[in-house]
Amino acid sequence: MNEGTAPRGVVDRLLALNAWVVYIFFYAPILLLIIFSFNDNNNVGIWTQPSLRWYGEMFQDERVMGALRNSLIVAFFSTIISTVLGTMLAIALERYRFRGRGALDGVAYLPIIIPDVTMAVMLLVFFFQAFGLLGDLFGLQLRTGLLTISLAHIAFCISFVAVVVRARLSQLDSSLEEAAADLYANRWQAFRKVTLPLIAPGVAGGALLALTLSLDDVVVTQFVSGAGSTTLPVYVFGLVRRGVTPLINAVSTVMLVASMVLVGISLGFQRGAEARGQRLADPEALLEEITAD
Amino acid sequence: MAAPTVTEPETAAEVTPELERAAERAEARRGFLISLPSFVYLILLFVIPLVLVFVYSFATRDATGQTVLEGWNLDSYRRLFSTDVLAIFLRSMVLAILTTLICLVICYPFAFYIATRGTRVRNILLVLVMIPFWSNFLVRTYAWRVLLGSEGPLSQLSELLGGEPFRLLFTNVAVLIGLVYGFMPFMVLPLYAALERMDWRLVEAARDLYADGWTAFRKVTLPLSMPGVVAGSILVFIPSLGAYVTPALLGGARTVLMGDYIVSQFLAARNWPFGSALSFAVMFVMLLATIFYFRVGARTL
Repeated sequence: MNEGTAPRGVVDRLLALNAWVVYIFFYAPILLLIIFSFNDNNNVGIWTQPSLRWYGEMFQDERVMGALRNSLIVAFFSTIISTVLGTMLAIALERYRFRGRGALDGVAYLPIIIPDVTMAVMLLVFFFQAFGLLGDLFGLQLRTGLLTISLAHIAFCISFVAVVVRARLSQLDSSLEEAAADLYANRWQAFRKVTLPLIAPGVAGGALLALTLSLDDVVVTQFVSGAGSTTLPVYVFGLVRRGVTPLINAVSTVMLVASMVLVGISLGFQRGAEARGQRLADPEALLEEITAD
Repeated sequence: MAAPTVTEPETAAEVTPELERAAERAEARRGFLISLPSFVYLILLFVIPLVLVFVYSFATRDATGQTVLEGWNLDSYRRLFSTDVLAIFLRSMVLAILTTLICLVICYPFAFYIATRGTRVRNILLVLVMIPFWSNFLVRTYAWRVLLGSEGPLSQLSELLGGEPFRLLFTNVAVLIGLVYGFMPFMVLPLYAALERMDWRLVEAARDLYADGWTAFRKVTLPLSMPGVVAGSILVFIPSLGAYVTPALLGGARTVLMGDYIVSQFLAARNWPFGSALSFAVMFVMLLATIFYFRVGARTL
């Protein structure tokens, strides 16, 4: 922005003060939580001495570890499937005209707007009915578990991935794709060598968002999980409702660190992909990319 | 793929209208096929569930509390207008509106500050917003449970200073703090995006025409950033109205909100028809609020 329009003097100082207050508000609770996870005391609020005691207990707690394993399994499958489906959806909506596109466009955004409580209710009723139907028709005895959790996570992640990828696609200069076609690349080559590298930051961003949403979800998972298929957030949520313990602080800190690592990866991806995108904008590099292998 | 199948350059024959139409049809079919897997998935696991919940909201329950898909009636919708349900609804509305307003008032100057920094500082400041945005919502809410608890740091600090121990946890105020804290990043990012995209030369032009800083802000910056205000408000209002985790962790028996009320109908009371009707009522209000915001946002533009 231009220097001449930047606020100066008292106004700028007040803005800076407000910013500091917001950052303290954002970070103080998180930092306190992290600090207290290293507290040796049984009581959450009273500091005695630093120790890794609760981390040790966490790794020995079979229920925590089981829930963590479930979370990772669900997150792995739902991220991969929703990223593929969401990217395809974004490409279809952004680059093609076909019958039913308008309806699909509307439906695709609803899962984002709808509150997670409603989504949870919908999927609970759906699985209940579907299992009843499958039981009547084929005598199948189905129960909720990791499969239903994954199916539910994919249902809300597709839309988020599609939005992120679509944002990237709409910024993209389609002349690069046309250039690839002019250089006699077939459709698949043009997609793999030009479009995909260019939308890669969007796809990576969408995948990380899906991963985060899947790892964080409490409400939907709680509704569609069964006995023995609890994920980590649902397990922690159950514990917290009964009271605050130092063990939860340790688990929470691990979850926070995981989120921060994901932010870091996401930023790294964006940088790398942007550099690659800039390289592709050079016609000679483009020709090289297409004719390679 | 084996050898790169470099397509033969098409002979530059005349492009007949039939050929063109055929190409268009092929293109449409391709687009449809690419979207098909997601389309089927969303119909199966989103549209059908939505219709099912709608059907359930008119159903009855048998003596054991099981939902029976017959004897269709409007009882569940009638119950929405009973005093206790309206009270919960009103409380949710008030808290959601307050959350939105507080976030807006704090985040607008905050986003403005970030948008007016140099590129380098701005990127650092933005990353510092992204971290809480991506951090686990449950954990961030839990942090406030620790902070506000009767043995928590704030309470100890207050006692140390000779005051009373804190009694904020399980009150409406605690829920409000939790909601503001939880959804604030959703307000910052759209506001920042709108301010950053803005053509600042217009502000400069206003200043050249001898508008003072405040007038330039009111007449130029604020209207131009309205899309960000609308987007941020919707992004905060909607999840606040349907919030479940925050009231469940920071609220008490007297601070039930729509979100945890709906959940209790399904998991505790097992009154699925009524829970379904509640879900639709919440969605209806959200739809109205979204339309209202867009109207207001469009008018101020």
